[in-house]
Amino acid sequence: MSMNEPNVNEPKVKIGNAPKPPAKTKMIFTIILVVALLWWSSFKTESSIADLTIGFPNMFDLLVQMWPPNWHYFENILEPMLETIRMAVIGTTFGAIIAVPLALLCASNIIRNSWIVYPFRFILNLIRTIPDLLLASIFVAIFGLGALPGIIALSIFSIGLVAKLLYEAIESIDPGPLEAMTAVGANKVQWVFFGVIPQVTAHFTSYVLYTFEVNVRAAAILGLVGAGGIGEYYDKTLGFLEYDKTASIIIMTLIVVLVIDYMSTKLREKLL
Amino acid sequence: MSQLSAKVNKPKKKYFFKTVIFVLLALLYIWAFAGMPVNDIKETAGQISKAIFSGIFHPDWDYVYLPDGEDLLRGLLDTLAIAILGTFISGILCVPFAFWAANNMSKGKAVTSSGKFVLSFVRTFPEIVMAILFIKAVGPGSFAGVLALGLHSIGMLGKLFSEEIESLDMGPTEALTATGANRLQVLWFAVLPQVLPGFLSYTLYRFEINIRAAAILGVIGAGGIGTPLIFALNSRDWDRVGIILLGIIVMVTIIDAISGYLRKRII
Amino acid sequence: MIQFKNVTKIYPNGTKGLNNINITIEKGEFVVIVGLSGAGKSTFLRSINRLHEISEGEILIDGKSITAAKGSGLRNIRRDIGMIFQSFNLVKRSTVLKNVLSGRVGYHNTFRTILGLFPKDDVELSLNALNRVNILEKAYSRADELSGGQQQRVSIARALAQEAQVILADEPVASLDPLTTKQVMDDLKRINEEDGITTVVNLHFIDLAREYATRIIGLRAGEVVFDGPVEAATDEVFAEIYGRPIKKDELLGEPV
Repeated sequence: MSMNEPNVNEPKVKIGNAPKPPAKTKMIFTIILVVALLWWSSFKTESSIADLTIGFPNMFDLLVQMWPPNWHYFENILEPMLETIRMAVIGTTFGAIIAVPLALLCASNIIRNSWIVYPFRFILNLIRTIPDLLLASIFVAIFGLGALPGIIALSIFSIGLVAKLLYEAIESIDPGPLEAMTAVGANKVQWVFFGVIPQVTAHFTSYVLYTFEVNVRAAAILGLVGAGGIGEYYDKTLGFLEYDKTASIIIMTLIVVLVIDYMSTKLREKLL
Repeated sequence: MSQLSAKVNKPKKKYFFKTVIFVLLALLYIWAFAGMPVNDIKETAGQISKAIFSGIFHPDWDYVYLPDGEDLLRGLLDTLAIAILGTFISGILCVPFAFWAANNMSKGKAVTSSGKFVLSFVRTFPEIVMAILFIKAVGPGSFAGVLALGLHSIGMLGKLFSEEIESLDMGPTEALTATGANRLQVLWFAVLPQVLPGFLSYTLYRFEINIRAAAILGVIGAGGIGTPLIFALNSRDWDRVGIILLGIIVMVTIIDAISGYLRKRII
Repeated sequence: MIQFKNVTKIYPNGTKGLNNINITIEKGEFVVIVGLSGAGKSTFLRSINRLHEISEGEILIDGKSITAAKGSGLRNIRRDIGMIFQSFNLVKRSTVLKNVLSGRVGYHNTFRTILGLFPKDDVELSLNALNRVNILEKAYSRADELSGGQQQRVSIARALAQEAQVILADEPVASLDPLTTKQVMDDLKRINEEDGITTVVNLHFIDLAREYATRIIGLRAGEVVFDGPVEAATDEVFAEIYGRPIKKDELLGEPV
């Protein structure tokens, strides 16, 4: 029998038996919804490409004025930059320390009692809801201007970041060593220290370094609301239309952040 | 020491490394805390905290909806709109950058490194400063916020997308190339279907972050609920501060919940 | 030494994990528990150190009721019982020595142990334990750098460091290759003979059970269907325990 001859003894496939393609209604509905949202958003924010194109020269103007940056100004802003880094260090540290017990309380494999786990998770979510700059402005209202409100705001922000990542890591640890510690006769605290903590130390350090990276960026702009650091110099320089100085601030921030990011990423790679 | 301990040698190199790190950290902390502000806390601090607390518990409910002007709902919706549009723009625009920076999409290391650097740069440039710049271009208001958010998000989304691309299974790409497909077709049929769920998930994640960022932008006048909040803080209208905070918390929580639900469905 | 008195375990869905068990295990015995999966071997073993709770009855360790014990009393009883798990249950990122030392936590107050301030004697003891199972040289290696057989020996060292009177082993060799299996079982047997530590082992390899046990207890559907010296455990007896003739994969076979 040649290859090209159809085998007339084969039953023909009835079209009626072919499976139906899945309905596309869900996808169409989603697309319509998304388009509608986008349309409404553009309307609400009064976005228009026209405005952008018209305004572009202004921005370009500004960028031109920012270059070259004012190299002498770097001296002036070195001290505030160091203050910014300090704020990030202290804020991250306090936040990380408080985050540990909080994360333990949110982990459902450590605390079996739902009445404890869920309320603490709720508190954690509350902490994570308020953006850092807003926290800072509230604390400035309470404590006045300076780095202190900034540090407090960063600490709270860090608690939110570290605790969430940490408790998720805790919930994914190997239960084996935990069982072993119960079998050996350890009490609850020893159980946590010998069974849980060694398994999450590397994760914890990685999260703290990541939070530090984020905090350095955040600390650099908290000054805009008066919470210390280099941020307030943005206000000053822009107010006086000294755009070249603004550029200096931006560039210095960029360098510091990039350096810290690089070191932090390298360290984190070594850990995990 | 017993002869047993002598038999086993502690690895010296590891302990040396650990001590160095310890000393460095100690120095860092001494420096950091030396500069810590120990300014006397204002006597009014306690008063104001109490006032804010009471403001949260007796919020200014009237502010939620004022028929004619600036009210909480409008502010929140404004913030929402900024976040939606900004995230959308960055989601679309970051795709070419992501492909640029992914190391399995280009032949040379130079290409990939430059892509990664550009993304790093954009990610590091403070959003707020971008917003200030855009205000200069298009005037104060939400549009500047949209642009700043959109541009800045390209940095983080681009990085996450490129990592997603790098973790691609190259098998389907190979298979498709073998059938004679051109580069664009390979992208469409082999790459995109694999990375789409990850892209969508990351976009939603970025959206959650952008809601918070949009709330902040108001602080410098780029639209959203930040402006009324600063105003209320400055005029010591604690009840209004309270209701705005509550509004932010509620909105962010709802968005987080919806977004979390959608992200679970996608993966 | 270990006494089960009318022990029954009923799961929430109604199935009986253990049904009216009455067993006494004397000090120094090497008992192997056999039975199909789900017959109750694991439940039986884990109720000895109360990792599993029982519904009725009492379990006495050296005359003290573990079922009635609470808090530090319970922990002190557990301190004297060493357990070896199928998946080793070592903390992978910690060193071997730290894993063995963690067996000593029940002997000191919380504060000391958390800070890692174990007395020199404890460290000596742990190193000795490692020496007895022939992996002293690995004391400062990370646990996950060791092979399966080596990790299991660290577990045994941990039990030795506890100065345990009883060693429970839940399928200790199920994840190991035949040669390593023999080494680990030899270690357990040797420690049982040298130190007189009561040893209770769950196994599903029949020939292993015959080779190492002095006494075999067969469980089926939560009940004891055989309890006697190893000489009496013939193939027919095993078929009775399993409810069917022995299968090929229940024999470990000759190590290569």
